[in-house]
Amino acid sequence: MKIFLLCVLVLLALLIGAYLYRVLQGPTIFDRVLGLNGISTKAILLLIVIGMYFERVEMFVDISTGYALLNLVGALAVAKFLEQRGLP
Amino acid sequence: MTFALEFTLLILLLVTAAGAIFVKDLISAVLLLGCYSFFLALVWAWLGAVDVAFVEAVVGAGLATVLFLLTLFGTAPKDNRLRRPPPPMAAVIALPLLGILLLYAANDLPEFGDPGSPASVHISPTYLEQSYSDTRTPNVVTAVLMDYRSLDTMVETVVIFAAGIACALLLRRQTS
Repeated sequence: MKIFLLCVLVLLALLIGAYLYRVLQGPTIFDRVLGLNGISTKAILLLIVIGMYFERVEMFVDISTGYALLNLVGALAVAKFLEQRGLP
Repeated sequence: MTFALEFTLLILLLVTAAGAIFVKDLISAVLLLGCYSFFLALVWAWLGAVDVAFVEAVVGAGLATVLFLLTLFGTAPKDNRLRRPPPPMAAVIALPLLGILLLYAANDLPEFGDPGSPASVHISPTYLEQSYSDTRTPNVVTAVLMDYRSLDTMVETVVIFAAGIACALLLRRQTS
């Protein structure tokens, strides 16, 4: 089971690389924001699977919930910024 | 296989850090720094420092991104592309040497999770054994933070409160 969870963790971390390419390369700011949102969903999953790996899911669910909430605030802040400032 | 996740996360960390330095405009740099904090939080969580991971995820990846964006919103000109001068020659030579020195020094650190390391034998067992009978708090970290170091935590709270008031005042002046 531990081996399986470790494989899941590594695959998820490699999957983040695809999003990271879009964040680094993305021609417009929207590509970067979308990539960041994708990364954050994968990272929340990663945190919960890390919790399952250590058999302390309840503690890691707290972290991932806090991050999910604040990531929403971050995405809203970017959207507000672009709305008021105009597109780059 | 044993270090597969560590290597993947550290490579992602390096890529995001380099990207935040080399990217062309400020908003992208801010977004990449948020990414960087999040990978750092994942590394902390994987190493077992759950409280540090929580703080890094909430403050580094969430709040810092918002604060950076608010600062850009208040200060930067409309064109926020970066025109950075080339780094000085001394830094290009000295900083890699410093990195090599730090890696060399890291060889002497104890193994990760070593029960005989100085940090684990000096005073930690005392807290682990006595904190519950002293403070009646099940979580040792909370007991150290809120009971043994309560004055320190109180002054930290004062500092954070003052910083929050300063941020609120600055942002209020911006909107009016």
